[in-house]
Amino acid sequence: MPPTSDSASARDAPAPARFANLGDRAWSSGISILGGTILVVAGLVLLELGRVARPAWEGMDVLRFLTSTDWDPVQEKFGALPFIYGTLVTSAVAILVALPVSVGLALFLSEMGPRRLRPPVAYAIEVLAAIPSVIYGLWGLFVMVPWLRGTLEPFLQGTLGFLPLFRGPMIGLGYLAAGLILALMILPTIASVTIEVLKTVPAALKEGALALGATRWEAIRMAVLPYARPGILGATLLGLGRALGETMAVTMVIGNSPEISASLFAPGYSLPAVIANEFAEATGDVHIGALAALGLVLFGLTLLLNAVAQILISAVARGPRGAKA
Amino acid sequence: MNGLPWRRFVNVFWTVVSGSTVLVALVPLASLLWLVVSRGAPGLSASFFVSLPTPVGEPGGGVGNAIVGTFFMVGLASLMALPVGVGAGVFLAEKGDGPAGKVIRFTAEVLSGVPSIVVGIVAYGLIVATMKRFSALAGGVALALIMVPSLARSTEDFIRLVPSALREASLALGVPGWKTSLRVIIPTALGGIVTAVLLAVARAAGETAPLLFTALNNQYWNLDPTQPTASLTVQIYNYAISPYEDWHDKAWTAALVLLLLVGLLNLMARLLSRNRLQGAPR
Repeated sequence: MPPTSDSASARDAPAPARFANLGDRAWSSGISILGGTILVVAGLVLLELGRVARPAWEGMDVLRFLTSTDWDPVQEKFGALPFIYGTLVTSAVAILVALPVSVGLALFLSEMGPRRLRPPVAYAIEVLAAIPSVIYGLWGLFVMVPWLRGTLEPFLQGTLGFLPLFRGPMIGLGYLAAGLILALMILPTIASVTIEVLKTVPAALKEGALALGATRWEAIRMAVLPYARPGILGATLLGLGRALGETMAVTMVIGNSPEISASLFAPGYSLPAVIANEFAEATGDVHIGALAALGLVLFGLTLLLNAVAQILISAVARGPRGAKA
Repeated sequence: MNGLPWRRFVNVFWTVVSGSTVLVALVPLASLLWLVVSRGAPGLSASFFVSLPTPVGEPGGGVGNAIVGTFFMVGLASLMALPVGVGAGVFLAEKGDGPAGKVIRFTAEVLSGVPSIVVGIVAYGLIVATMKRFSALAGGVALALIMVPSLARSTEDFIRLVPSALREASLALGVPGWKTSLRVIIPTALGGIVTAVLLAVARAAGETAPLLFTALNNQYWNLDPTQPTASLTVQIYNYAISPYEDWHDKAWTAALVLLLLVGLLNLMARLLSRNRLQGAPR
């Protein structure tokens, strides 16, 4: 550690000889440069994205781009709304399904489950997180979509068919398929961050509740969950950020049709999916620019979500209202 | 209020609910793993690993060039990403408590949340648009950009696991700070750093989206960084969305190969981190 460090041991070290000082300075500036590279990378990402999107920017009405539903690259008409809509709907489905499941999982793994069962379940969740998304897509396309078409969608239509969400032809490919596969993919993210958050809850809170005669569930509901709530929200936003940007699995099961439908059974499109499908064969600079502009929208959305999520998670680690963790 | 039997019942009820969420998560996982193995295994043969893809309907053929392409591009990406990512991690662990460190850590966290498809666009702008052709180099740059931030964060976590007594003992013996870092701290954390590297490599090997329009694809062998290159993931995608039954079979077999590769890397990472330092982060 360089002498400039604030650690007590370094400060108390004897004044280093000139040579040692030189080595320290070289080492410290060396790693500082490498650390600074992270900022360079961030700048590069932003700059390049803006530069590629530029041909579409020029003379483009941003509001029109974001609210128009017409996507016709041949006519150079670019409206992003169907993609934004599809991204938001599929992510919403994913969060609605994944949040309760992952909080349940996190509670199982940290509080409620039998201790012997916890390690294998935790390992399985890690496996879930490590599977490449194209394999999720493959499984979704050949296993989940037929199951949706044959089993789940008819069931939903039969029971909840009075809602416009569950009407229309059942083809399997569509918002519901994309949302469910996303749910599966973001589950490990939300669950593992929630577990980390639950670990930061002071044991005294739970023990106090238990000592006062609360059942295990009551201790969790009254002492643990309220403390962890901002962190769980942060975990959810982190999962949402992943869901928004997930490309392959969604591209393979969403149906790829640039329309807006109220029904979850209908095929749709998402921001990453359209970029994945059209970028390599884009018809010109303006088309590429428009796709990069979609990427910019996506980038902005995930940036915002991740920043808020980080702040929320570190807020829990510090404890609510100045409480000592 | 409610009596104890009722409260006990509620307790059991929620315990069962939390247990059933485990099933909700594990049933799809089991189905996925089973299908990849059962549908992928029949196509496995030595020639699948070493042959070029064949046209529809022609028996035989494999994904040899795609396997080589994946290794090639992940290798290129590692060359670029490892020094930077690990170095940035060392910086965060050693000097990351100041304001600069905080900003850089936050940036790394946020960067690791950037969708990989967006990183693909960046690599496209940097390399493909400049060289006017799809290339393995562009794919490698895309993968490197994905690897750097997560590598930096996990390297930091592993270095921070080194007990500060080690550093203090070394400094107290008069060893200069830089030598302490290089000779004491980093060797101690080496198992963890290698784990971080393996996990980053595994993640890069499984990426598809950023390769679609940077490395594109290639029907032939290629080890020229300026040429389009096949990869296992893009090949799986192309086979899966094709309308042909025998290509679907190949998609499953290629998925099995990819899963084995990624699984092996993860397993190695797990074993390493368990041996060296107890308790891997995350």
